Amino acid sequence: MAASTASFAESGADLELVGITKRFPGFTAIESLDLSIPAGSFFALLGPSGCGKTTTLRLVAGLEEPTAGQILIGGKDVTDTKPFQRPVNTVFQSYALFPHMTILENVAFGLRRRKLPDPVGKAHEALKLVELDHLASRRPAQLSGGQQQRVALARAIVNRPALLLLDEPLGALDLKLRRQMQLELKTIQTEVGLTFLHVTHDQEEAMTMADTVAVMNKGKIEQMGAPEQLYELPRTAFVANFLGQSNLFTGPVVSSTADAITVDVAGVPIVVPRTRAQRHAGEVAIGVRPEKLTLFTEAPAPAAGRNILGPGRVTDVSFSGVSTQYLIEVPGIGELVVFAQNMVFGPVATVGTEAWVSWNADHGFGLDDDPVDIPRSVLSPVGPGDSTESIAIQRRIALEEELEQA
Amino acid sequence: MAFTAFSSQAAVEQAPRKRSFIALVLLLPGIAYLLLFFLAPLISLVITSFQAPDLYGDIGDYVTAFRWENYTDAIGEYWPLILRAFGFAVVATVLALVISYPIAYFIGVKARRWPLLQSLMLTLVIAPFFISFLLRTLAWKQIMSDEGPIVQFLKSVAILPSDGHLTGTTFSVIFGLTYNFIPFMTLPLYATLERLDVRYLEAGADLYASPWTTFRKVTIPLSMPGIVSGTLLTFIPAAGDYINASRDFLGSTSTAMVGNAIEANFLVLQNYPAAAALSIVLMAVILVIVGLYVRRAGTEDLI
Repeated sequence: MAASTASFAESGADLELVGITKRFPGFTAIESLDLSIPAGSFFALLGPSGCGKTTTLRLVAGLEEPTAGQILIGGKDVTDTKPFQRPVNTVFQSYALFPHMTILENVAFGLRRRKLPDPVGKAHEALKLVELDHLASRRPAQLSGGQQQRVALARAIVNRPALLLLDEPLGALDLKLRRQMQLELKTIQTEVGLTFLHVTHDQEEAMTMADTVAVMNKGKIEQMGAPEQLYELPRTAFVANFLGQSNLFTGPVVSSTADAITVDVAGVPIVVPRTRAQRHAGEVAIGVRPEKLTLFTEAPAPAAGRNILGPGRVTDVSFSGVSTQYLIEVPGIGELVVFAQNMVFGPVATVGTEAWVSWNADHGFGLDDDPVDIPRSVLSPVGPGDSTESIAIQRRIALEEELEQA
Repeated sequence: MAFTAFSSQAAVEQAPRKRSFIALVLLLPGIAYLLLFFLAPLISLVITSFQAPDLYGDIGDYVTAFRWENYTDAIGEYWPLILRAFGFAVVATVLALVISYPIAYFIGVKARRWPLLQSLMLTLVIAPFFISFLLRTLAWKQIMSDEGPIVQFLKSVAILPSDGHLTGTTFSVIFGLTYNFIPFMTLPLYATLERLDVRYLEAGADLYASPWTTFRKVTIPLSMPGIVSGTLLTFIPAAGDYINASRDFLGSTSTAMVGNAIEANFLVLQNYPAAAALSIVLMAVILVIVGLYVRRAGTEDLI
């Protein structure tokens, strides 16, 4: 595949949004957004429906005009240019393949508009890249959803845009095909070296594909960074719960040293490294990821550098093959989620068992939010019914239904 | 690679078919109607077109014969009217298309956000139908008459010479045809454009097509079904029209179309075979033109 792309040697451009604000009649979709995406990176904008991520994408594509702010592509201000004048291509959520043209003509469309030499040859090359060249003479309606998605991708990348925008292009695919397309997209991005801006509400998709993930909420970027960095050190309660699950606690800081702060959580001192905490005094919110917790059925011996909570009672055990999820009700603190690897056969504790949890103090994190602003429902990690994962799944199902109806 | 697993096409399954007598029974009235009111008159028309004058009868008496000279005579005498009819119809159709497309586009695409405005504008397009076609055409005759304000104005700014007229000219006939058939063009165009997915237009803009190119390459091809049905609904009746071109309305003897010749032969000259032959010729030419046009427009490619 690498040989077939050799004729298109051009690198991506960096994208910069400066103070972008977009207001629609009645509501503000984006509030003074600053964003900088370096050339050649795979950048994901992650957020729930209605957080302004698709609007951001449409602003970059030129399909919407910002109320205020500037958009720079490769250092050039494109704020006032029309979409067809921008070195940007979009893979639309609906694919938007022209129904009256063959697959080949769809892919060659952009090349013909720019009057580039040999549009048909280049279109065939792009179709070979997505392994659909044998369907070049078909019409979009004769292709399956996955095939249409790949044609939409070929139609965009054949133009070698400085910036490729992906608007939840995998949203309508089934899970297996999604995983495959994620890998393919990543491969293509690495091969052709374009800058990808990918908009999605699927946290797994964002984390597996992107170099940098920006979590967006209510028109603002909550946190931005490498996927593992975002996951291991979330800065806000929103990120801590949108990206995976978290056990969050609140309490006042009772002592602090050069390396760590100690938070009083319902009478239990919990230690959090100073560098991993955003606030160092007063009421704070802290958290730890469920898989960092170790479950004990007997009181563990206190050890330096470990936080211990307990005793509590196991209220729910759900076995999922690789791991087991335990819910533990600790009096005065609330419910904790523990993911434990299945190192032995089956669960190690049953419902009603007395249990303690402990974790390495280095694994905790302190949030930037004022504890007062954090919704109660987020603070005590909740049952499987409203875990972030199942919310994401529900959202996807709702979206798929919406797409089918459209 | 991984993709090949998904490239196989699902076999298209035929819906199971069942002989249904109910369908046949439901079709009967339609078939009977067509036999009685379309096929029978058509055969009668063909027979009439070959009739010869009754040697011993009165004027207007004809006997069944195979007088094919009726056709050559009619075409020989009326070919300028046939050509004029198709010329006028083509010009009126093109004008109606050019005028209707922006209206239909506005109602069907731009006004989507305001459903009330949409229905109001559609009502305005249909509104002329509430008044008789003859009355409206007569009204235009009045408006464009020599004493009317339009002629007075055109004369005062010296666009029209002092002895010029508007009624009875090629202009007024084509104007009347265009005016009368515009709703037949606008409605099918609206029906197609109303379903136009604007995301295709965004995709066009995203793929470096200027608004004009997007219009040519995406909007027009996608609205082809509306364009084809609109032009057919305008062209076919316009080619056979005899009201607008009639001397009593907007035309004069120099603007007569084939419809006027058919009318005169049937009702005034009582030369039924000639009128029938002209009708058959008109029908045949329309069929040929429409057949070529539909093939050319390639509507079968549209989904």
